[in-house]
Amino acid sequence: MKIAVCVKQVPDTWAEKKLRDDDSTLDREAADGVMNELDEYAVEEALRLAEANGGEVVVVTMGPERAAETVRKALSMGADAGVHLVDDSLHGSDALATSYALAEVLAARNFDLVIFGSESTDARMSVVPAMVAERLGLPQVTFAQKVDVDGSKVAIQRQTEYGYDDVEAELPAVVSVVEKINEPRYPSFKGIMAAKKKPVETLTVADAGLDAAKLGATAAWTKVASFAARPPKAAGTVVTDEGDGGAKIATYLTEQKFV
Amino acid sequence: MPSLLLSRRDVEFLLYEWLPTQKLLGSDAYGDLDRETVDDLLDLAERLATDKFANHNHRNDVEEPTFDGNTVTVNEAVAPALAAYYEAGFGGLSMSAEVGGIEMPSVISQVIGMWFSAANVATSGYSFLTRANANLLMAYGTPEQIERWVPPMIEGRYLGTMCLSEPQAGSSLSDITTRAELQPDGTYRIRGNKMWISGGDHDLSDNIVHLVLARVPGAPAGVKGISLFIVPKKRDDGSSNDVSLAGLNHKMGQRGLTNCLLNFGENDGSVGYLVGEENNGLAYMFHMMNEARIGVGSAAVAQGYAGYLHALDYAKTRPQGRPVGAKDPNAPMVPIIEHADVRRMLLASKAYVEGGLALELYCGLLVDELESGDDPESTNLLLEILTPIAKSWPSQWCLAANDHAIQVYGGYGYTREYPVEQMWRDNRLNAIHEGTHGIQALDLLGRKVTMNSGAALSVLAQRMQATIERAKGAGGSPAMHAEALTSRLKRMLEVTAALWADRNVESALADATTYLEAVGHVVVAWLWLDVELAATGDEDFYAGKRLAAEYFFTRELPKVDSMFDVLAAQDNLYVNLDEAVF
Ligand SMILES: Cc1cc2nc3c(=O)[nH]c(=O)nc-3n(C[C@H](O)[C@H](O)[C@H](O)COP(=O)(O)OP(=O)(O)OC[C@H]3O[C@@H](n4cnc5c(N)ncnc54)[C@H](O)[C@@H]3O)c2cc1C
Ligand SMILES: Cc1cc2nc3c(=O)[nH]c(=O)nc-3n(C[C@H](O)[C@H](O)[C@H](O)COP(=O)(O)OP(=O)(O)OC[C@H]3O[C@@H](n4cnc5c(N)ncnc54)[C@H](O)[C@@H]3O)c2cc1C
Repeated sequence: MKIAVCVKQVPDTWAEKKLRDDDSTLDREAADGVMNELDEYAVEEALRLAEANGGEVVVVTMGPERAAETVRKALSMGADAGVHLVDDSLHGSDALATSYALAEVLAARNFDLVIFGSESTDARMSVVPAMVAERLGLPQVTFAQKVDVDGSKVAIQRQTEYGYDDVEAELPAVVSVVEKINEPRYPSFKGIMAAKKKPVETLTVADAGLDAAKLGATAAWTKVASFAARPPKAAGTVVTDEGDGGAKIATYLTEQKFV
Repeated sequence: MPSLLLSRRDVEFLLYEWLPTQKLLGSDAYGDLDRETVDDLLDLAERLATDKFANHNHRNDVEEPTFDGNTVTVNEAVAPALAAYYEAGFGGLSMSAEVGGIEMPSVISQVIGMWFSAANVATSGYSFLTRANANLLMAYGTPEQIERWVPPMIEGRYLGTMCLSEPQAGSSLSDITTRAELQPDGTYRIRGNKMWISGGDHDLSDNIVHLVLARVPGAPAGVKGISLFIVPKKRDDGSSNDVSLAGLNHKMGQRGLTNCLLNFGENDGSVGYLVGEENNGLAYMFHMMNEARIGVGSAAVAQGYAGYLHALDYAKTRPQGRPVGAKDPNAPMVPIIEHADVRRMLLASKAYVEGGLALELYCGLLVDELESGDDPESTNLLLEILTPIAKSWPSQWCLAANDHAIQVYGGYGYTREYPVEQMWRDNRLNAIHEGTHGIQALDLLGRKVTMNSGAALSVLAQRMQATIERAKGAGGSPAMHAEALTSRLKRMLEVTAALWADRNVESALADATTYLEAVGHVVVAWLWLDVELAATGDEDFYAGKRLAAEYFFTRELPKVDSMFDVLAAQDNLYVNLDEAVF
């Protein structure tokens, strides 16, 4: 079985995120980059499926030069190979453009299963897996908290507010996973050393046969009209208890629409 | 959040902007190990230390290991931490690939160790002792012994210990009395008591591999009559090897690491396997001594560093008091980091822990340069003379940083709800084990300074002089610091010569600890000057380095003057006094 995992490098979760003044996109240089947390679960699930059913795991990412670190991280966890789409003209791509680029790269490589994390911590759109599935014309089974592959079928438990739904699809298919699905492994020493030797295909837009007109900020269907820094923390409200502290707090919470 | 255990930025600055680590990585010895790979390894160490070790550091302290007369039970969080550590492959760090290890410069494995020490010195202690044990067997064991004992220790299925001390023999190992008798089958039967054995018993591994110092019948008295044995807790058939736990010691700190009085061979004798030759055991044990002592110094730095980072974090968020000039009692209180006195404590701590880290990494790289450098002879001399300082300076001054951290936290620092008092207790051991502070002083002044007619001291002085010249060339504050160091270096050499002028050992060594502490401060001042020369950038980080250097030169280095005065006076105060005065 040939499994693709799509991973994204995002700014370290603790770091304060900034938008760039020039083009209102996320300033990716301002903070350390890490693998999007949910994508670690996706990599882990792909590795488990490959270990259980036999097969190969390929990590796919689109991102600037340093996103290569994230590919290497997945390789050090145990993935077999990587594909890194990197090109200046990709900068500023929205979810539609991203899904177009990823779908083309994936389509050219014939995977049985494509696994995503269900959202990234930077943009939090949660739509790329669905868009990619649509573009590939494949069934999408999303928000998986459990995945089983049996012959030509994938069966998942789809996390819901009330528990989960059992959902099945024919392979090839696109799956997105939630945090509950597993506990991602740490890379190992040997994995880290081996990662350097694993094949990584680095592709430009031209290499991937993409139409540059559909990519980047100019092609984006969404625009940031304006933005402002978060206001500094305002002074708190001090409630002095004169026997009515509880009532005052309740009033405050109601005013703020917390209750 | 950036880690409160250790500063990755500082580590990388020292490794790559200050020291020539890059050159080492590029050398053939480490194949295709490169900076990128090392970065990934350090990421892994930081993450594992944070997730699996720091998570139960406090629990380890409050829920000590227990002994019910049969088995020892350690905190339930220890086993999963060690499992993750071994699964990731840390057990094979810097071990030969032939036994399943991963070759790695010593300076890198030292940094990796510091992440774990800072996170949880007790839990990581089990693995550190195991690695020391396995390293020793790699150096002196037979191929059969290596095959039998080392791979399970790399995988963490067996854990190891070092059994040197006895109740009556700690600093003075020549007085150990544990006996070993040769059997017709070539094995030995070991009988005796070993005290203070870290990791001596627990429920964490399939077997425990003790390395035990003992005497064979008729062995010469003193250090030349000590042999080294492998003594497992369990025999090959799984039965007891007659090693029994007489009791657990209840320690001030590092409580999660069991510390045991072990009785060997009370019944039919413990089966032991000789390592190397009879009567050579102490030499084998001490072969790794430089590294072991640098390891202790590194652990002390790690503990002090974590204390400093916690105090810094606290000081930024604790509002208390107003600026001394403030008149309005209703003005909001300021974070304590704005008070000059709190800044004093933070800057002193920064100078201690960052200076300590520089010292340990410098020495760590010397260990690597013994193998790969151009001038192994000078490197060896330098390493010999710096080792007692690398062990004792951080044990004293990074502990002082832990003390400052308690003070910065105020009353909260004195409670067990906050982590800083535990760090102080955990760190306090480092001046005691692996040769006490006083023993390090005797080693420095009694052996290292005089070895090869003072050759080691000369190499040290040359290196300092080279830094001084560069600093003079740089001008500005480094040049001023160079001047301050020049006079102390001169004084250090004069006092050393004066102490040994009449070759009277007793009076030369009468104040050896003062000597150790003075020379330690001179050495760290030298390293701060060298670091200052590398910290030329505009970022706050570099400004911080330069300021810490300024602190060290104006507030710390002058302290050595009164110490050298005391030494120069050679008044033999302690030697001559009559015990009745106490
Ligand atoms: C928590 C802990 C863990 C340990 N782990 C291990 C272990 O795993 N394996 C092991 O073998 N040992 C271990 N030790 C033992 C440790 O190495 C000894 O405690 C240490 O060497 C000091 O020996 P001692 O305690 O007998 O003190 P002593 O030797 O009695 O020293 C007491 C004091 O006298 C001073 N002194 C002694 N002799 C001299 C001298 N000749 N000149 C000047 N001053 C002197 C010392 O500096 C010290 O201040 C551990 C100890 C502790 C506390
Ligand atoms: C075991 C214990 C028993 C105690 N018993 C009592 C008791 O019986 N009754 C009682 O009333 N209190 C008691 N205390 C409280 C004790 O007096 C306070 O802890 C102490 O005054 C410090 O205050 P703090 O802990 O709030 O620290 P903070 O005031 O927050 O101080 C933290 C750090 O900031 C520094 N700092 C604070 N303000 C300034 C400033 N303006 N300029 C320079 N540096 C500053 C401090 O020196 C300290 O290093 C006790 C505390 C302890 C730990």
